[in-house]
Amino acid sequence: MSIIDFGQLLRLLWPEITIILAALLALSVDLVALRHSRLRLRFLAATSIASIGCLIALDELLHTSTQGALLDKILVSTPLTQLVQIALLVIAILTLFLAVDTDFTEHVGEFVLLILLATTGMMFLVVAQDLLVLFLSLELLSLSAYILAGFDKLRPRSSEAALKYFLFGGMSAAFLLFGFSLLYGLANSTNFVEIACAVQGHPFSSILILAIVTTVIGFGFKLAAAPFHFWAPDVYQAAPIPSAAFIASGSKVASFFIFFQLLVLAFAGAEGVASPVHFQSGWVPVLVAVAVVSMILGNLIAITQTSLRRLLAYSAVAHAGYMLLAYVAHSEQSLAALLYYVVTYALATLGIFGILAVTEKQLGNDRIADLAGLNRRAPFLSACLFVFILSLAGIPPLSGFFAKFFLFVSLLTVDPGSKLLLWLIILAIGMSAVSLYYYLRVLKSAFVAEASAEADPIQSTVLMRLLIGILAGGVIVLGCAPELILNQILKVIQASGL
Amino acid sequence: MLAWTIYISFLGALALLLLPSRSATLARLLALLVSVTTFALALLGFLQHRSGEMFTVVSVPWIHSLGIQYSLKADGISLTLLLLTGIIGICGVLLSWNIDVRVKEFFAFYLVLIGAVYGVFLSYDLFLLFVFYEIVVIPKYFLIAIWGSTRREYGAMKLVIYSFVGSAMVLVGLVAAYVVSGSRSLSLDYLAGYHFSPHFQMWAFPLVFTGFAVLAGMWPFHTWAPTGHVAAPTAASMLLAGVVMKLGAYGCLRVAMTLFPLGLGPWGFHVLGFGSWRDVFAILAVIGIIYGALVALVQKDFKFVIGYSSISHMGFILLGLMTLNQIGLSGAVVQMISHGILAGLLFGVVGRMVYSRTHTRELAALGPMHLSKVIPFAAFTFVIAGMASMGLPGFSGFAAELMILIGVWRSYPTLVLFVGFGLVAGVAYIWRAMQQAFFAGGPLVTVPPDDHPLPPISLPERAAAVILIASSVVVGIFPQIFLHVIHPALNSPMFDGLSKGGW
Amino acid sequence: MSPATSPFPWITTLTALPLVGALLSLALGRNKAMARWTALAFSLIALVLTLILWHNFNSAADGFQFQEIHTWIPSLNVDYRVGIDGLGLLMLLLTAVVVPISIFASWHIEHKVGLYFSLVLALQACLVGTFTALNFFHWFIFWELGLIPAFFLVRLWGGPGSAKAAMQFLVYTMVGSVAMLLSFLAIFLSTGTFDLTELANMAQNGTLMPAVVSRLNWHLLTPQHVAMIIFCGALLGFAVKVPLFPFHTWLPSTYSEAPSGTTILLTGAMSKMGLYGFLRILLPIFSAEMQRVLTILLWLAVATIVLSAYTALAQKDLKRIFAYSSINHLGYCLLAIFAVVRLTGGDAVLTGQKFAALNGVFLQMFNHGLTAATLFWFVAMLERRTGGLRGLDDFGGLRKAVPLFTGVMGIALFSSLGLPGLNGFVGEFLIFKGTFPLAMWAASLAVIGLLITALFILGILQRVFSGPLNERWARLPDLTLGERLALIPVIGLMFVLGLYPQLILGVVNHTAIQMALHLRTF
Repeated sequence: MSIIDFGQLLRLLWPEITIILAALLALSVDLVALRHSRLRLRFLAATSIASIGCLIALDELLHTSTQGALLDKILVSTPLTQLVQIALLVIAILTLFLAVDTDFTEHVGEFVLLILLATTGMMFLVVAQDLLVLFLSLELLSLSAYILAGFDKLRPRSSEAALKYFLFGGMSAAFLLFGFSLLYGLANSTNFVEIACAVQGHPFSSILILAIVTTVIGFGFKLAAAPFHFWAPDVYQAAPIPSAAFIASGSKVASFFIFFQLLVLAFAGAEGVASPVHFQSGWVPVLVAVAVVSMILGNLIAITQTSLRRLLAYSAVAHAGYMLLAYVAHSEQSLAALLYYVVTYALATLGIFGILAVTEKQLGNDRIADLAGLNRRAPFLSACLFVFILSLAGIPPLSGFFAKFFLFVSLLTVDPGSKLLLWLIILAIGMSAVSLYYYLRVLKSAFVAEASAEADPIQSTVLMRLLIGILAGGVIVLGCAPELILNQILKVIQASGL
Repeated sequence: MLAWTIYISFLGALALLLLPSRSATLARLLALLVSVTTFALALLGFLQHRSGEMFTVVSVPWIHSLGIQYSLKADGISLTLLLLTGIIGICGVLLSWNIDVRVKEFFAFYLVLIGAVYGVFLSYDLFLLFVFYEIVVIPKYFLIAIWGSTRREYGAMKLVIYSFVGSAMVLVGLVAAYVVSGSRSLSLDYLAGYHFSPHFQMWAFPLVFTGFAVLAGMWPFHTWAPTGHVAAPTAASMLLAGVVMKLGAYGCLRVAMTLFPLGLGPWGFHVLGFGSWRDVFAILAVIGIIYGALVALVQKDFKFVIGYSSISHMGFILLGLMTLNQIGLSGAVVQMISHGILAGLLFGVVGRMVYSRTHTRELAALGPMHLSKVIPFAAFTFVIAGMASMGLPGFSGFAAELMILIGVWRSYPTLVLFVGFGLVAGVAYIWRAMQQAFFAGGPLVTVPPDDHPLPPISLPERAAAVILIASSVVVGIFPQIFLHVIHPALNSPMFDGLSKGGW
Repeated sequence: MSPATSPFPWITTLTALPLVGALLSLALGRNKAMARWTALAFSLIALVLTLILWHNFNSAADGFQFQEIHTWIPSLNVDYRVGIDGLGLLMLLLTAVVVPISIFASWHIEHKVGLYFSLVLALQACLVGTFTALNFFHWFIFWELGLIPAFFLVRLWGGPGSAKAAMQFLVYTMVGSVAMLLSFLAIFLSTGTFDLTELANMAQNGTLMPAVVSRLNWHLLTPQHVAMIIFCGALLGFAVKVPLFPFHTWLPSTYSEAPSGTTILLTGAMSKMGLYGFLRILLPIFSAEMQRVLTILLWLAVATIVLSAYTALAQKDLKRIFAYSSINHLGYCLLAIFAVVRLTGGDAVLTGQKFAALNGVFLQMFNHGLTAATLFWFVAMLERRTGGLRGLDDFGGLRKAVPLFTGVMGIALFSSLGLPGLNGFVGEFLIFKGTFPLAMWAASLAVIGLLITALFILGILQRVFSGPLNERWARLPDLTLGERLALIPVIGLMFVLGLYPQLILGVVNHTAIQMALHLRTF
C-alpha cells in the first residue's frame, strides 16, 4: 500500500471537482437568487453555470495530458479515458441545454445538480480500474438517473417509469455485486489487473463462469441489451425529455466504455471461443448470444411501435446489439469502432430527443402518426429529423453508416477467416435493412403524410434550433469526415494500450 | 471537371430547398439548368477522353486510418453511363414540368438522386461508391412515396427494402474483401489486383453479384421493380428504370466481376446441370428475359407492361455480362445505355403523356379514348419507343441485343433459342400494349367522340421525347461512338482477372 | 470482286430521296392535295433516277456496280457497303414502278393523307435499302424497318379485320426475322464479318460452316445438325416473307384487309424482298445445306404452288383470290431457286438449264410485281366505284357496263395467267424450261398449279365480266382519263416485256450466270 499523494489526486481529479463545484453553485444560485424568477431564466442561469463548469473541466482535460494511476491503480487516467471524459462532458452540456426550453419541473437547481452528479459518476466510472470504485461510481450514476427519470412529478407515468427503472437497476446492481464478490473470492483483490492474473490461472472454473454471467447480466441492464431491456421502453417514453436523452446518450457512452475495460482488463484470458466447433466457455460466447438476441429482438419489436420514444428505445436495444459485437472482437480497433459508434449514436439520439422536446410541447404526445406534415409545420426540424433518423438507420454519408462500417471492419479484421464473425456481420447488416423499415416509417409520417388543414407551424426557440442544428451538423460532419475524431481515437488507444 | 457533375447536382438541390421564391416555374427552370449543366459537363468529359482509358478526376485521402480515398476516376464505361445519366436527367425534368405539389422538394430530391448516380459512376474507391449507392435509395423513397400514384407507399417501401437488402449483401462482401486483402485500401485497382483465394471468391462473388443484381432487377429478386415503377411519378420511374437499375448492372460488372473473377469459374461439380455461378446467373438472366416478357404480355395496367419489360431488358444486360467475352460485355454496356433511354421514353409516354391526362392506366379503359387520334404525338412516340424497345434495327436496342446475342452464341449456344423466344415475346407485348392503348378504337376512319378533350402535348414533353428518340437512333446507328471508348475500358488491366478467365 | 466505288453516291441518294419525300409529305399533310402530289413527284423522281442507273449499268461486268463503301462500326467489322448487280437493279426498277402505281391507287385516301403517303415513301426507302445493301447488318436494318410502315399502312387504313391481320403479319415476320438474325449472329461469331460477299466466298470454299461449328461449343450436336439449325433459322426468315408453304397463312388476310394501294406495295415489292433474300443470301451462303434437304424444299415449293392455286379457286373475294394467286406465282420462283441448287456434277447442259431457270426467276419476279400490282390496282378502282364491294358473286356482265375497264383488266388477268405475248409467259416458260431437267418430278407436279390458275382466272373473267349484267352496276363509270393515262405505260410495259423480254434479260443474264456458276456443284 503506497502513500497517497493528495496533491496528485487533486490535480487528477480537478475536472470532477470543478463539476461538483459548478453543480453546487448552480443549485445555490437557483435556490437563493432566482427562486421567483421565470422558469426559463432559471434554467438558463443554472444551465449556463453548469456548462461553464463543464467547459472548465473540458479545458482542464484538454490541456493536462497527465497520464497516471492513483491510489494503487484504483483510478487510472490515460489519454483514452480523457477522450471519453471529454465526450461525456460535451454530451452533458448538450443535454443541459436541451432542458432550457422545457417546463416539466420547478426544481431547476436540483435537476441540474443531478445531471452533473451523474456526469461526475460517469467520469469516475471511466477511469475506474477497481471493482469497488467501479461499483460506487456506477451507483452514483444510477441513483441520479433514477431520480432524473421520475423528475416529472406531475405525470404518474414518469414516476412509474422511474420505479421500474429503479427496480431493474437495483436488481442489476445486485447481480453485479454478486459477480464482483465472486471475483473477489477468486482473486483476493478488487483490482482489474490482479483479477486478470487470477483468472488466467484457472479459466474453466465454474465460479468464474458464474461471475462472468452475472456481470454480463448486470451490465446488460445498464446497456439495455436484450433480454435485460424491459425498463428501457417505459423510461424512454415516460421520463422527462432531458432525462431520457441523458439516459439514452451519456450514460450509454460511459457504460459501454467501462464494460469494455472491465471485460478486456479483468477478464483477460477468459474470453472463450464462441465457434460451435471449438466451443470454449468464456464471456465471448455469452456476449455473442446477447448481441444476437438484442439485434433481432430490438429490430423486430421496433417495427410494431407507434410511439417515437418507444421506437427509439427498441432501436437502442438493437444498437446495443451491434455495439456488443465490438466486444466479441475486443481488439484495439474494435474499441475505436465502439467509441465512434456510441458517440455518434449518442449525438443522433440527443438530436431526436431535442426534436421531440419541441414537438411534444405543441402536439402533446410522441405518436409517430402525429408527426404528419412536419415538413410543412417545421421545415428545419424535419430536415434535422431526416438526418438523425437516417444516421441511426446507417445511411451514408451520415455518421451512423461509417460507425457500422468501421465496426464490421474491425470485427472481421480480428480473424478474417472466421465464419462466426462473418455470420454475425451478415446478421447485423441484414437487421439494419429491417431497421430501415421502421425508421422510414417515421420519415414517411413527417414527409409524406399531409398535416390536417388547421395544423399551425410548430414554434421552436432559436436556442433549440441552434442546438438541434449543431447536433445535425455534427452527425453530418462526422459522417463525411470521420477522420476528424477517428484519428484521435486511434491515437489515444494506441497511446494508452489495452 | 467531371466531379462537378456531382457537386452541381447536390448544390442545385440545396439551392432549390433554400429558394425563397414560391414560384414553381423558377424551381423547374433551376432544376433544368442544373441538369443541363451536368449533362454538358458529362458530354465535355466524354469528348475530352476519347481514348476510353481510365483517368483520374479527383484523388485525395479521405479516411486515412482505413486507407479510404476520395477517389473519382472514369473510363469509357463510366463516361458512357454518365452521358446517359445526363440525358435522362434533363428529360426527367422536362417530363416533370406538370408537378405542382411541393415542387421545390420534388426537384431537390430529384437532383440528389441524379448527383448520387453520377457519384456511383465516377467512384473509384469502393467505400465512396457504396456511399453514393446508398444515397440513391433515400430520394427514391420520397419521390415515390410523396409524388407517386397507385399504392405508392407500399411500392416505395418495397423498393427501398429490396435495395437495402441488396446493398447489405454488397456491404458484407466489401467488408470481407477489404479485411481479407489486408485492410489497406478499398480502391478498385488494389482489390482487383489482390489475389483472393478461390474459396473466398466462390462465396463472395455470388453474394456481391446478387446484391447488385437485385437493383438490376434480376429474376427472382425483381419484384420491387414493377411495383416501384408503377407507383413512381414519371420522372422517378424514368430515373429508376433508366439509370438506377443500371447502377446495379454497373456494380455487377465493375465490382463483383472484377474483384472476384474466380467466382465465375467452375465449381468442379454439377448440380442440376449447373457447373458454376456463371451458369446459374446466365440461366436466371434468361428466365428474367422470358418471364418479364410473358408477364408483360398479360398485364392490364399500361405501366406494368413497361415495368415488366424493364425486367426483360435488364435480363439481357445480365446475360451479356455472363457471356464473359468482349462482345457480350460491350453489348451489355450498350444495352445499359439503350435501355436507359428507352425505358425513360416509355415511362415518359405512359406516365406523363397518357396517365397524367387520362388518369387511368387500364389498357381496357384507354382503348375507347382513341388516343392515337386525340394525342397523336404520344402514339407516335410510343410506337417509336416500342419499336426501339423490341429491338428493331436502326435503334439502340438492336445494336445492343445484337452484340449480346453474338456473345451468347459464343458462350451458351443453347440459350440463344430461349432468348430468341424472349425477343419474339417482346414484340408481342409491345404490340399488344400499343394496340390496346392507342389503336383499339378501330381504324382511323371511325371518328372518335369528342366529349372530353385532353390537353395537348406540351412543349417540354415534345422536347424530352425528341431528345430521347434522337439519342436512341444515334446509339443505334453509330454504336461505334460508344464502343470506341468501351473497348479500351474493357481491355484495361482492371478486367485482367476476367479476361484470363474467359476471353 | 472489284471494289470499284462509284464517284457519285447514287444509291444512297436513291435511298434517302423517298425519306425526304416522306418527311415533306408528312409536313404538308394538312393539305391533302399537296401531300399526294409531293409523294407522286418524289416517286417519279425516284423512277427517273432508277432509269438513269439502268442506263449507266454495265450489264457485262462482274460483281457489283455503283458501290459505296464506308467504315461504319469498326468494332463489329461493319461497313456501309451498297451496290447493285443485275438482280438489284431489276428490283430497284420494280420498286420504282410499283410505288407510283400504289400512289395512284391510293389517290382517294382521305384520312391522314400526309401520314399515309409518308409511310408509303418510307417503305420505298426501306425497299431500296434492302435491295442494295451488301452487308447483312444494314440489310437487316432495312429488312426489319420495312415492316413498320407496312404494319401501319395495314393497321390504320385497312378493313375491319385489319387489327388482327396486321398483328398476324407482324408476329409471323418477326418470328422469322428473329430466327434469321440469331443464325447470322452465330455466323458472325465465327467469321467476324457481316459482309455478304465475303460470306458467300467462304461458303463457296467450304470454310464457312466448319468455322461456325467449331466456334459454337454445342457439344450435344453433330456439326451437320448445327449447320442445319443455323440454316433453318435463316430459311425461316425468308420463307415467311415470300411466303413458302406452310408459313403463308398471314398473307391472304393481310392482303385482303390492307387498303388496295398498300396491297400493291406488299405484293408488288415487299414479297420480292423474300425472294431477293433467297437469291442474294440463302443461295450463295447455304447452298450446301439446301442441297442436303433439297427434296423437302422442293416438296414445299410444289405444295406452295398447287395448294395456293387450289385455295384461290375456292375464294369468293377478289382480293383473296389475287392474294393466293400471288403465293402461287412466287411459288414458281421458289421452285426454280430450289431446283438450281441441285448438284449437277459440273454437267454443262444442266448448268445451262440453271442459267435459264435463274433468268426465269428474275423475270418472273419483275413480272409478278408488275402484274399483281396492276390487278390490285384494278380491284382498288372497282372498290372505289362500288363502295367497297369486291366479291366474286357481287358482279356479273360488267363487260357491258364498263367495256374499257373490262378490256384492260382482262389484259392484266391474261398476263397473270401466263398468256404468250404478255409478260407473264416468258418468266414462267424459262422457269419450267430450266426446272424440268433439274427436278423433273417437281416441275411436273407444279404444272397442276398452272392449270388451276387458268381455271380461276377464267372463272373471274366469266363471273365478273360476262354473263347477264347485274342491273345494279349498269351505271358504273368506266375508266377516267387520268386512270387511262396512268394505265397506258403499265399495260404497255406488259406487252413490251412479253414481246421483247430481252430488255430485262439483257441486264440480268450476266448476273444469273454468275450466280449459277458460284454455286457448289459437287
